[in-house]
This record gives sequence, structure tokens and C-alpha cells, in this order.
Amino acid sequence: MTASTETLHLQHADHQAHADAHGWRRWLYATNHKDIGTLYLWFSFSMFMLGGTMALGIRAELFQPGLQFWHPEFFNQLTTLHGIIMVFGAIMPAFTGLANWMLPLMLGAPDMAFARMNNWSFWLLPPAAALLVISLFVPGGAPAGGWTLYPPLSIQAGMGMDLAIFAIHLLGLSSIMGSINIVTTVLNMRAPGMTLLKMPMFAWTSLVTAYLLIAVAPVLAGAVTMLLTDRHFGTHFFKAAGGGDPVLFQHIFWFFGHPEVYIMALPAFGIVSQILPTFARKPLFGYVSMVYAVCSIAILSFMVWAHHMFAVGLPATAQLFFMFMTMLIAVPTGVKVFNWIATMWQGEMTFETPMLFAIGFVCLFTVGGFSGLVLSIAPIDIQMTDTYYVVAHFHYVLVAGALFSLFGATYYWLPKWTGQMYNEKLGKLHFWWSMIWFNVTFFPMHFLGLAGMPRRIPDYPLQFTDFNSVASVGAFCFGLGQLLFLYNVINTIRGGAGRAPARPWEGAHTLEWEVASPAPHHTWEMPPDEALVKKGLRAQLLDQDHE
Amino acid sequence: MRAMRTLAALACSLALRGVAASDSRISFQTPQTLIAQDIVDLHTWIMVIIIVIFVAVFGVMFYAVFRHRKSLGHKARPFHENTTVEVLWTVIPALILAVMAWPAAKVVLAQKDSRGATITIKATGYQWFWGYDYVDYGFGYKSKLATPRKQIDNAQDKDPHYLLEVDEPLVVPVGQKVRILTTSNDVIHSWAMPAFGVKQDAIPGFIRDTWFKAEREGTFRGQCSELCGQDHGFMPIVVKVVSAAKFQDYVSQKQAAAKASADDPNKIWAMADLVARGQKVYEANCQACHQANGMGSGPFPALVNSKIATGPVQGHLSIVLHGKSAMPAWQGLSDTEIAAVITYERNHFNHVGDILQPKDVKLARK
Repeated sequence: MTASTETLHLQHADHQAHADAHGWRRWLYATNHKDIGTLYLWFSFSMFMLGGTMALGIRAELFQPGLQFWHPEFFNQLTTLHGIIMVFGAIMPAFTGLANWMLPLMLGAPDMAFARMNNWSFWLLPPAAALLVISLFVPGGAPAGGWTLYPPLSIQAGMGMDLAIFAIHLLGLSSIMGSINIVTTVLNMRAPGMTLLKMPMFAWTSLVTAYLLIAVAPVLAGAVTMLLTDRHFGTHFFKAAGGGDPVLFQHIFWFFGHPEVYIMALPAFGIVSQILPTFARKPLFGYVSMVYAVCSIAILSFMVWAHHMFAVGLPATAQLFFMFMTMLIAVPTGVKVFNWIATMWQGEMTFETPMLFAIGFVCLFTVGGFSGLVLSIAPIDIQMTDTYYVVAHFHYVLVAGALFSLFGATYYWLPKWTGQMYNEKLGKLHFWWSMIWFNVTFFPMHFLGLAGMPRRIPDYPLQFTDFNSVASVGAFCFGLGQLLFLYNVINTIRGGAGRAPARPWEGAHTLEWEVASPAPHHTWEMPPDEALVKKGLRAQLLDQDHE
Repeated sequence: MRAMRTLAALACSLALRGVAASDSRISFQTPQTLIAQDIVDLHTWIMVIIIVIFVAVFGVMFYAVFRHRKSLGHKARPFHENTTVEVLWTVIPALILAVMAWPAAKVVLAQKDSRGATITIKATGYQWFWGYDYVDYGFGYKSKLATPRKQIDNAQDKDPHYLLEVDEPLVVPVGQKVRILTTSNDVIHSWAMPAFGVKQDAIPGFIRDTWFKAEREGTFRGQCSELCGQDHGFMPIVVKVVSAAKFQDYVSQKQAAAKASADDPNKIWAMADLVARGQKVYEANCQACHQANGMGSGPFPALVNSKIATGPVQGHLSIVLHGKSAMPAWQGLSDTEIAAVITYERNHFNHVGDILQPKDVKLARK
């Protein structure tokens, strides 16, 4: 007891020393989970702007048939970098940033488990992003083979591909370290009385996501390393002429790639499961079944990878197996949607911006789930794969899914981060603007795909003109609207709509709302006492032993 | 339903272009094979189920959104679990999935059954065109984009079949099972014909197969469907379905032509002839990157005064045959074509260089 108090004091002194760091040192040497979370979030937002600008470059070229702006090769570089940057630079770091900021607060822990590793896992990201950007300016240009990097096309590419491979190595390392931190923090640093089945859903989804990343990030690293040696050291993993097989890469890539889809979706589920109960002023419905659903989705995600490869020419039995397994994912996903709706049912709902984004998420993620169900049917997938239908599908899941949840999370926790309230009117405008133009951009892509328009082409036959023009107009409006969000966040930091109380949301009961707003640099240096944990849990979960 | 589709397409085109005429489709191309029809039916069936679920789920949700709100004075009822409904909404969706899986599995098996084909054609993907070999009849040809460059650069009005027209389509007989073997010369391509319900990747070093039986005569159009480099969007697939009699005529004509026009790789060419032939090869294969004036563009280097085009001919030949980073290997061109294009590049653009004969190319390939 004395020993542990002593340790606590020592840690305390140590922390104070760090708190003194100012200017660039505060950020470069950051070990505080809140500082690192902030770094992650700003990094991810800048990557979002960069990847978004590339998307607008793509949509500008596709506004009309014919080549207007770009050489086809540069167009391919844009689609490739847009994909890599959005997946690895924007969405994934944003969730890691949220986990960094919020998990210790929500679990009653003083910080993440490995503070210095946390620093390194963030600071690997900027060099990785720099490599990707530099690749645009080297001979041969940036990688242009799609974010999936299929060989032999990626073996043909110039040195931009090597830079991308190293960037992916760095991003993978960063993800693995971030994940180790999350797993350790969640498993070992929860407040007394908070058992695994009592912790907030966001902690659950972060935990499961971290396990997925630890499992598959090395697989991706292996795949791109094999590409690298095929390119420069005469191996023939993917070269048929030397006895290799180009399709082998696809199996390895998608063994990573499909769990990756859930790495970008599960934390979103967690966020929505925090926001909906708060604004419905009701506990989350079916908490335990939600946990089971997250775990079964994670497990199933390892058994469906070849549904990305139905046109490769798999044997019939493989087509059938992967089709059935893929369809099966609809069951736990459906359970989640039903539980969210049951959470809203008979609630006492108010519709602040986070709630709007959460409901928007449920609506559009469900649409993306439906198109996913259509795609799971192998014969239909053969028609749709590599067409705009797939582009529509994954943007429903990743933009209206992952990104909307991130916007919701930002508005939800911004008062806690800054101590100020954001401008609610502007937030609502941002939601409706995004909601409308998102659908104008991506819904017509379903039609394009059904009619047979291939993806990743800079120019298209005339019958695809109308919907492409609509999508391009939608994309520019959607993109410009994101400046509203940036303005609102900066404005909030500078004072916003006034000071935020510790608990700005009436229905919020998790532990992060027990500390002041803005959250002090160090929180929960002493774990919250069991009564406090219980109080929050009672309101949030109404667990079995409620009186 | 049809009226709604038309309305939707109309509204979109009106909003943007101020014209009502539009070829936009919001669903599949008209199916031309039984498999394609099966796929459309399967899709319709699944969409019916989805729409029912969609209406039910969104109905409940929006009922709650509109009624169970604080501003109407609604009080939260803090229930939070119910094992019965959890079991129900796990089991019922599983049953619905089974109802979808059964007809889907039948189509998978039918699609995979390529036995009993009367004609076999090998489709080879090249960067960036298709090659067809009628393996039963001993002839083959390349099928390249026929849309003029000027239309792509917006210097000329676009044809109705812009980017969907080729110099030589694939010709097949109606009502017969045609087996397509796909492979590739360089990177992965995908041979896709939406109206037939066919999409099969073409993988270098491997042969995959697919099949179709077209029910109607006509010309049908598709595009390469796997990213294969810069001109991925410019290698369409056109299939002309003709009567059995016309197909026989076509085959005999092709066989005769193949005999007559085969280039003799041992022929010794005169400079002027080889340069003239080389210009055609250049326009068809090289111009897209290196440009008509040989100045290159973006990441693609200029040929004019380049070390390769003015240096030793062996280096020039090697890069054309084997490629280098973004430059593909042009093994798919004939010895004569390669000799011609190299001679052209070395004696055009104000270059004065040597002549390369086809037999030297033949030698270098070994």
C-alpha cells in the first residue's frame, strides 16, 4: 500500500515535470495521452483535407466525359493516394486519437499504459505521410496501381511505389504500437469495480479493433515486403514467370483488408453506442448482445476475404463458402442496428449535433450494409465488382459510417477537450449539409455501377455522363462544407459559444463527464472510487445489481 | 416503378444539363444471356427483401425520432434488455439469409459450369488492348480502341459509342456456348461483358475460364474491369453476336486473311517502308504516353534526343522488349512491328539513325 502510494507520488512528480514543457517540446516529447490524442486528431484532419482535395481532383476530371485536367496516369495516382491517405492517414489515426484521448478518461486511468511508446507511435505518422506526398515528385510519380497495390502492376511502378511501401511499413508499426497500448490500457487500467462487461462500449470496440490490428497489420507488412523484394531482389512471389502467383498477393492483401474494413467500422459502432444513449436519456439497449455482436463480427471478418476476389476465378466451392460466410456477417450487424433503434425507442430524445450525426450514421450505415448484402451474393458481385457500385458501397460505410461517427464524436467530446461549447447552429448546418451532399455524391454511384461503369477510369462512355456530373457537383459541395467543421472547431477552441460545464449533456453518465471541462492535463491520478464508478454504471447500464 | 426510374433519371439530367434526352440507366444493362437474366432476377428478389426490411426498420426508427422526443414532453422509459427480442432478431435475419442463399448458390454453380462449349476463344489482356485467339480455328487478332484521340481530348464531337468501339470486335455465333479462356501478357486485366453477366480476371501466367451463350444477335459492349495502368479506361471489349452461317463466313475469311498477311520475320525491309510501318505501330501503342511529337508528358520521358533513341540500338531494343518502371514490356508486338517502331523512333523526330531488321528482334528475344 505504502509502496504503491509512493509510486503514485513519484509518477505524479514525473508528470508535473512533463507538464512544464512548452512550445514545440510539449508536442514532440509528448507522453500525455491528451496531448497525443490531440496530435493524432489534428494529423488525421490534415490528412482528411489532403485526401479530400485529391478526391475533388478525381471528381473534377469525371465531371464530363473526355480528358480535361489530368493525364490518365496522374489520375490513377490520385485515386491511389486518395485511398491510402484516407484509410491509413485519416480514418485509422482519428480512431486511435479518440481512443488516446478518451479511454483513460472513460476507464478512470491516469494515462495510456505505455506513454513513451505512445509518443513514438504518433511520431511515425508524419514521416509516413511525408513519404506518400514525396512520392508524387519522384521519377515515375506516386503509386498508381490503386490502394490495393495489386502486382504485377505495382511491380512495374516507379520508385514512388517503394516510398509507399515504406510508408505502409511505418503506418503498420504505428498501428501495432497504438494497439498494444490500447489493449494493455483496457485490460489492466480500468477503475476498480469496472469489470469488462461493465465498461463503456467505446472501450469494447477499441479493444476488439486493437486485437484485429495486431493480427492483420503484420500480414500487410509481409505482403508489401514481398512486393518490395519482387521489385528489387529478384524474388518471384507474385511473378508467374518465376513460379509465383499474382493472385497470392490478393489473398494475403485481403486477409488483411477485410478485417481492416472492421478496424474502420468497429470504433464507429462504439462511438454511436455512446452518443445514442446520452441523447435518448436511456441506457444502451442489449449491451451484452452488442459486445457479442462486435466479437462475432471481428471473428467472421477473418473468414470472408475472398469475397473481394469473386472475379478472380475461384473454384465453385470457394465461391459458395465465402458467399455464405459473408452473408452471415449481416446477422451481428443487424443485431447492432436493432439494438440502436431499441435504444432510441421510448427515449427522451434531443437532437444536438452529435445525436444528428449518430442517427445519420445509423441510417446511412444501414444503406451501406444493404448494398453490402447485395454484394455478398457472388453472382451479383461478379457484375458489380470493380464498378462504381462498390465505390458507392464502401463510401457509405466509410464516409457516412466511419467519418460521420468521427464528426459526431468530435462534437460530443469537444466541450470536454476545450472547455467551451461549439456553435450548435453551425454544427447542425454542417450535419445537414454533409448529409444531403453525401447522398447526392454517392447515391448515383449505385446506378453507375449497376449499369456497368468500371471504377478507376479517368474517362467514361457517354451513357454515364449524367450521374457522374451529379456526383461531381455533390462532391465539391460536400468537400467545401467540411470547412464549416474546421471553422467551428477552431472557433470553439477560441471561446466558442461559452464555457462548457463538466457534464454538458444531460444524459451523459460515463466517467469522462466526472472530470472538469476542459479536462485537466492530468486526470484520475487516483482512480475514481468505486461508488463513483457504480453511479455512472447504474445510469449508463443499469447493470444486474441495480437497486 | 419504371415511371419512377424515368422520373429520377429525368430530374437528374434536367437539373444539370437542361435537357430531357438521356441514356442514363439506373439498373442493369438488358440481359442477353440466361445467366445475366438470373443475376437480374436474383438482384430483384434481394431488393424486394431489402426494401421490406428497410421500410420496417426505418419506420420504427423514424416513429421514435418523431414521437419519443423531449420537446414533445415524452419521458424516457429506461428498459435496457430483453432476451426474447434479441433471440428473435438474430434468428429471423438468419432465416431470411437462408432464403437468399439458396437461389444464389444455384446461380453460382451454373455460372461455374463451363463444360460443353462449342467454341473456345482465348482472350489475352495487353496494356492496353485485348487479343483474341480462336484456338479451334487457328487465327487471332488484336482488338484496340477505335475512338479517335481527338474525341478523348475534346477536340471533336464524341460518337454515341465513345470509348466503347474497337477496330476489330470479337465475333461469336448466337445460341452457342462460347468458352472464354482469359490470360494476360503483362498485368492483371478483367474481361467483362455486363450484358452477358460475365466478368473474369485475366491473370498473367495463368489461364482462367468463363462462358456465355448469347440469346440474341447484336453488338454488345464492355470495358476492362481491373486497373491495369494508365490506359485502363481505354481498352473496351466489343462482342458481335451473329448467326451461325455468318459466323462460318467470318471464320473462313479470317483464316484466309491470316495466311495472306502474316509478316515474314526473315524479310529484309527497306528503310522507308519500315519507318512508314513503324509510324502506325507508334500511333497505336506509344503515342498515348510519349505523344505524337515525341516530347513525352508528365512521368513519361521524351524520346526526342533521348539517350535511348539516339544511343546504341541494343539498349533501345531491350527497353522496348523488357520495359522499365512505367514502360511496359512490348513482347506482345511481332518482330516486324518492334523492328518497325524502333526504326521509326531512330529516324523520325529529326533523328538520323540505323535500321533494325525483324530478324534481329527475333534473335534478341531468345
